[in-house]
Amino acid sequence: MSILVNKETRVVVQGITGKEGSFHARQCLEYGTKIAAGVTPGKGGTSWDDKVPVYDTVAEAVKQQGVDAALIFVPPPFAADAILEATAAGVGTVVCITEGIPAKDEARVKAALCGTKTRLIGPNCPGIITPGECKMGIMPGYIHKPGRVGVISRSGTLTYEAVWQLTESGLGETTCIGIGGDPVPGTTHVDALELFNADPATEGVVLIGEIGGTSEEEAAAYIKNTMTKPVVAFIAGQTAPPGRRMGHAGAIIAGGKGTAAEKMAALTEAGATVVKSPTEIGDAMQKALKA
Amino acid sequence: MNGGLVVALPDEIRPVGHGVRNPGSLSKFPALRGARRKRAITAPVSLTQPRDCEILLTFLQGVSTNTSNWLFFRRLTVKVHEYQAKEILTRYGVAVPRGKVAFSAEQAYAIAKELGGTVVVKAQIHAGGRGKGTFTDGFKGGVKLAPTADEAAEFAKKMLGNTLVTHQTGPEGKEVQKVYVTEASSIAKEYYLGIVLDRAKQSNVIMFSTEGGVEIEKVAAETPEKILKVWVDPLLGIQPFHARQVAFGLGFKGQAFKECVKLVMALYKAHEETDATLTEINPLILSDDGHVLALDAKMNFDDSAMHRHPDVLEMRDLSEEDPLETEASKFDLNYIRLDGNIGCMVNGAGLAMATMDVIKLEGGEPANFLDVGGGATTERVKHAFEILLSDKHVKAVLINIFGGIVRCDVIAEGVIAAAKEIGVSLPVVVRLQGTNVDKGKAMLRDSGLEFSVASNLKEAAQMAVASVK
Repeated sequence: MSILVNKETRVVVQGITGKEGSFHARQCLEYGTKIAAGVTPGKGGTSWDDKVPVYDTVAEAVKQQGVDAALIFVPPPFAADAILEATAAGVGTVVCITEGIPAKDEARVKAALCGTKTRLIGPNCPGIITPGECKMGIMPGYIHKPGRVGVISRSGTLTYEAVWQLTESGLGETTCIGIGGDPVPGTTHVDALELFNADPATEGVVLIGEIGGTSEEEAAAYIKNTMTKPVVAFIAGQTAPPGRRMGHAGAIIAGGKGTAAEKMAALTEAGATVVKSPTEIGDAMQKALKA
Repeated sequence: MNGGLVVALPDEIRPVGHGVRNPGSLSKFPALRGARRKRAITAPVSLTQPRDCEILLTFLQGVSTNTSNWLFFRRLTVKVHEYQAKEILTRYGVAVPRGKVAFSAEQAYAIAKELGGTVVVKAQIHAGGRGKGTFTDGFKGGVKLAPTADEAAEFAKKMLGNTLVTHQTGPEGKEVQKVYVTEASSIAKEYYLGIVLDRAKQSNVIMFSTEGGVEIEKVAAETPEKILKVWVDPLLGIQPFHARQVAFGLGFKGQAFKECVKLVMALYKAHEETDATLTEINPLILSDDGHVLALDAKMNFDDSAMHRHPDVLEMRDLSEEDPLETEASKFDLNYIRLDGNIGCMVNGAGLAMATMDVIKLEGGEPANFLDVGGGATTERVKHAFEILLSDKHVKAVLINIFGGIVRCDVIAEGVIAAAKEIGVSLPVVVRLQGTNVDKGKAMLRDSGLEFSVASNLKEAAQMAVASVK
């Protein structure tokens, strides 16, 4: 079992003929992901790498290839539109790798997704992977191994670090989600926790956060009230120098929240195992699962 | 998302690097002037003012992946002057006092004549606290009331070309190159009105307070209950009831109530349509004759959205921000100087922070935060390495790369090239993992250089810490 993506997932890559899209689609394909279609407006009817049919629209890709997940490598000015197109076509899981999408677009997309059956992961994220089954993203595939632990992270490379430890320790992963570093993520820490909590195969969850925002504090509340599985958490930026505030309105919203210490305290208080060093994530999870 | 929120910064930042293609740009930063002719900046810069941090951060940040949580300026903020913000707001129907910008005393005189009566002469710089500021020649106040056109010209003359120091500019101040001449308003009461993205609610929030005309951070810290908030659905946009909530909340009645509703609607529309990240009216005023006006205006814009706002982008004041911020956009490395002696080169902001954390836990002190970014090229890695080594406090270097987008062989190539070119005499601990890791490690081993290759992050940190002890 896993969450959101598995070996049955049929993926359409939006922006498959671009440089980034092409490179990573190839990597995903090599990993074993079912890349069923590509979409590049104007290049419909062609074939990518002589393997994958390219369509003009996501709707066409859904109709012809029955895709149920979309992986987006579209440049920032057009990425919001690409997400909405996938949503309108009824795609269930949309993963947007693109960095630099205007904040307004992100907020609108997020609101537009409310009430649809589409879940957005990202933007500005490494993607999602269910080891051995489906890789939708830019993470190096070989560091993952099918297993027992779910991983949720705001960071890219730091996620790989945690995953590598889980793999080395033999625990392996059910699914790893990079929720992305933008202020308005499609999927939050809490959303991902809910999914893992409901997944029978996931025995524990590694949660990786960073300074800034309040996503980890919200996750702490969820862990305290609802989570039934052990959570090991790491917050990057403990040694980051003392914070400052800039811009009046922003300072008010921040309201003193966002330091690593606060996040760690909230998570500890909620019952999560909070490790000080990212190198302890694997060991801590092993202990937590034995307990 | 905007110019605000938490920015983690050291008290001292030391920018060093190749991003300085135009050394002239550093003249904006007097503390760095001494380093102008050098290839790298080596002077430590003490940052005590928010504006300093902002300039430097903008300069240092450049474009990189995933740094938005750590340093706020991954999204560079585009700023405009008060007169430009008001120009935009007027277009949307926000009531502001009449006024025009002047680049000379003569122009200021002509505008004052045209406006008639008492006018206000306001220095135009990208910093707040102008009214309470002092010019470097001792002249007090960047905002002056001028009863006659002659006096307006006199004030303009004193301000133009002069350097204004406010609590936001830092001690070096900012040169005033233009003044805004507006009609004077008789103020019955001052209010605060602002719009910004609320990350937690994932929608814009309109914030308002009857405590206007003062530093809003103070109000937020001391009497948070006096700041009221209304959240606006990103899809529906502002509705009249939102605006009524604001107007009622501020206690307006009769004609003033109607004017406030209209102003709030217009203000939100302006914010939304121009992709502003922060719109702030402080103070919003009720005039003696019962009108509601935006007396001051501040707008910041989302750099990521500037492709659809060429008009806003044109408003950028090159003398205020462009040299540094333009450089920043070319500068693909994130470097923040810290106090320690172990230089770090890491890919990804999260892992870079985590690497610092591990060094500290192993008993060492990181010398810096350096994110080489997701798409690091050989050239960029080389530059990053040179930057690390040019810091004289650095006694050892720890390179921690988890290859995803960036391949380990690319990193190895850059490290080797830089090490050979510069001639490295310090211990260098390399920890590589990810795509093409074996090739990368083999390249390091076969390079003929003495790299310590660690197998995991903890070991790497221990090796680095041991090497400086």
